[in-house]
Amino acid sequence: MTLLFQEAAHAAAEAGAHGAFHPVAPWLIVLLPLIGFVINGAASMIAARRALPKLPPVGDPHWDAHHDVSEQEGHAHEHGAHPAGHDHDDHHDAHDHPAGPKPWTHVLPSFVAPGVLIAAFAVAVMNFLAMLGADEHGRLTVERYFSWMPVGDFQVDAALQLDPLSMLMTLIITGVGSLIHIFSIGYMKEDPGYPRYMAYLNLFVFFMLVLVLGASYPLMFVGWEGVGLCSYLLIGFWFKEKANADAGKKAFIVNRVGDFGFLIAMFLLFANLGTLNFVEVMDRAPMSLAYGGAVVTAIALFFFLGATGKSAQIPLYIWLPDAMAGPTPVSALIHAATMVTAGVYLVVRSSVIFTLAPVASLVVAIVGALTAIFAASIGLKQWDIKKVLAYSTVSQLGFMFAAVGMGAYAAGVFHLMTHAFFKACLFLGSGAVIHAMHGALHATHNPADAQDMRNMGGLKKYLPVTFATMGIATLAIAGVPPFSGFFSKDEIIGAAWLGAGGHSPFSQAVLFGIPGTVWMGFIGGTLSIAAFMTAFYMGRMMIYTFFGENRTGETERRHMHEGNWTLSVPLIVLAALSFFGGFLNVEEHVPVVEWFDFGQGAALHHWLHPVIAGSESVVRANLGDLGEVHHAAWPIILAIVIGVGGLALAWVMLSGRKLGTATEEPSFRTGFGRVLYNKFYVDEIYDVLVVRPVYALSRVYSAFDRYVIDGLVDFTGRLAQGLGMLAGRVQTGLLNTYAFVIIVGVLVVLGSFVAL
Amino acid sequence: MTAIPLSWTLALSAILFSVGTFGVVIRRNAIILFMCVELMLNAVNLAFVGLAPYAGIQGQVFVFFVIAVAAAEAAVGLAIIISVFRHSESVDIKNFRLLRW
Repeated sequence: MTLLFQEAAHAAAEAGAHGAFHPVAPWLIVLLPLIGFVINGAASMIAARRALPKLPPVGDPHWDAHHDVSEQEGHAHEHGAHPAGHDHDDHHDAHDHPAGPKPWTHVLPSFVAPGVLIAAFAVAVMNFLAMLGADEHGRLTVERYFSWMPVGDFQVDAALQLDPLSMLMTLIITGVGSLIHIFSIGYMKEDPGYPRYMAYLNLFVFFMLVLVLGASYPLMFVGWEGVGLCSYLLIGFWFKEKANADAGKKAFIVNRVGDFGFLIAMFLLFANLGTLNFVEVMDRAPMSLAYGGAVVTAIALFFFLGATGKSAQIPLYIWLPDAMAGPTPVSALIHAATMVTAGVYLVVRSSVIFTLAPVASLVVAIVGALTAIFAASIGLKQWDIKKVLAYSTVSQLGFMFAAVGMGAYAAGVFHLMTHAFFKACLFLGSGAVIHAMHGALHATHNPADAQDMRNMGGLKKYLPVTFATMGIATLAIAGVPPFSGFFSKDEIIGAAWLGAGGHSPFSQAVLFGIPGTVWMGFIGGTLSIAAFMTAFYMGRMMIYTFFGENRTGETERRHMHEGNWTLSVPLIVLAALSFFGGFLNVEEHVPVVEWFDFGQGAALHHWLHPVIAGSESVVRANLGDLGEVHHAAWPIILAIVIGVGGLALAWVMLSGRKLGTATEEPSFRTGFGRVLYNKFYVDEIYDVLVVRPVYALSRVYSAFDRYVIDGLVDFTGRLAQGLGMLAGRVQTGLLNTYAFVIIVGVLVVLGSFVAL
Repeated sequence: MTAIPLSWTLALSAILFSVGTFGVVIRRNAIILFMCVELMLNAVNLAFVGLAPYAGIQGQVFVFFVIAVAAAEAAVGLAIIISVFRHSESVDIKNFRLLRW
């Protein structure tokens, strides 16, 4: 490790001299989580084998004698005198039997899993410092390791691309990932599947790093599919319950639709440019593809279809709320901070292509804005604390897509980063709440739902750290200055207002006969309403969870307590990041925001500039100069009013309200509330429009397969059998017959000799 | 002393061979079948020996080979017949059709 630091310092010094960026063993960043996966995977397999019910080995008559000895290896001995056939696979079971030392398979992952992540983060930081030392033009490097797919003209290398964008993503993934891994120790260590969980988590980080560091679309696709797989495995982590397994399946299948788009886009790209490496694509695209042409628009739209799947946008967002079936840290890592932002990353990575296709970009922005308001409105009426956060995530991803769809790539990435901080904090906070609730309800064998906000209330007394950190994150997501979410969200909405004034590269585009400026005005209004809803439902969540009377129950209350340091330290760090993260990108020359002058300027904008330079030159070549941007004061005032107003309205409307528990409080039975509570019946609509027709069609296919295809196969078999039976009659089994045939044969042969 | 004409020898050989062949085709008793096979072999031997003065010594060498093979065959064949008899209390080849379809 020290050696690496020396190397980093050396590289930084060298960079200062030559202005170029020399990466420090970037392969280590990717490899470390993979090593963690291998170790934890081995531990989980050993643990799984030990947990199997003992069966008598074949051919061992003395098995019964040493039966008791071998059983002590697993943690089956906790069941004491119970005979064979015990099931200790249910995760709730672990709480009943906390006694006894843990087997090493359940201790090792606690060190390995976060350890490799922290090490990877350290390597990432070293690379970041080395990159910081280099000058702006020298910050892009592609490290080639070996040729992966050389097929004629199609050459794909196993290569990592390090540039400001992938560097930022890597820091988020390994940094936030480390915190979530540490949190996971406290949250999951009692689970019998703990090593398996940690192995999946490490594998996920590996694939996510491949996704962001891969230097070509195919390599990115490997990561893209890999994170999808890990998402599936972790959503269905408690697969004994069918609902969880179904949720994983749903995520996987919905994502397949998006992947189809990604693949088609790659095919089109290769057919038109002859390469899939990012650097070459971005170089060739402006020359080979006509600005606003049909081909580039199709490529951009197909890429966006891929992005809607992974990043949960209309129409493919339906899997994300169901993905909450997985353990809560998984929701924080995969379904809030990293994987779901892959679509945004894809769009920013392909910024040249999207800039070349203004109409497609406009579609991206509109879909993003609609998703933002649609999901936010559903979030208003959910009772499940994780469901609120899930719809909030969908909505915030909509904000990001709106930003990148309007050409504000840096703003999108900025929101991606701050969202990773505050949403991870919120999810982990909800995890801490659920952990405490679950513990309390379990101690008294209360069957109430630990995730239902109606069963909570007044928790700030019992969970002060969780309350404080979640409070900061809530202020951040609501957009209260100077918390991080204010800056990032304001930049997006500001970009919409600027676009409406003609300053977006896509303001001149026309979609459905409506000019881009009008669309951007619509987007700005939609996002403002969505931001107001965001502030409201987050306020609602905080009020129902932490304020008012406690509704959990008299005896349960006494069991309620904060988790250990592994739960609280990540929360505190993430809360700090949610607070300070916004200062990374305080915009210049914006009224009101200028007050928060931290001497940074728009640091993130400058940092990302090399990545976005390609799209800027496309804009300059095709549209000329867009003119000087003048920020007005009113959008900022509006943003502050929205953020503070939403929270205030929630407080005024809800804090005085007396709420019953989940069993007493009626659900939303009437009017629009019912529609919202049932998520606009989108799942039901999909059920009627997609699922049932597919079922019906597959029943037809199944019948066709069974009776026609199988029938044909069976017929072939039966035909051969029948012919065989027929021919078999020749074999009488009587030696006389055979002798006779031989003799006749000999006579025929001899006769033919004679005749010839 | 006049030599037996070749035609007689060959005719006898042919008759013996035909009898053996006929027996193999129509009889069902394994031992008789076996004897018929021996008859065919010996018919051939007779033809070899009878032809020896005209065709050279090789024919007589072949006869020794045939006798040796016939002896070996008799040993194996009789052993098989005995074990089959132990199995089915019969030497009727109608019973030897276990491997038929």
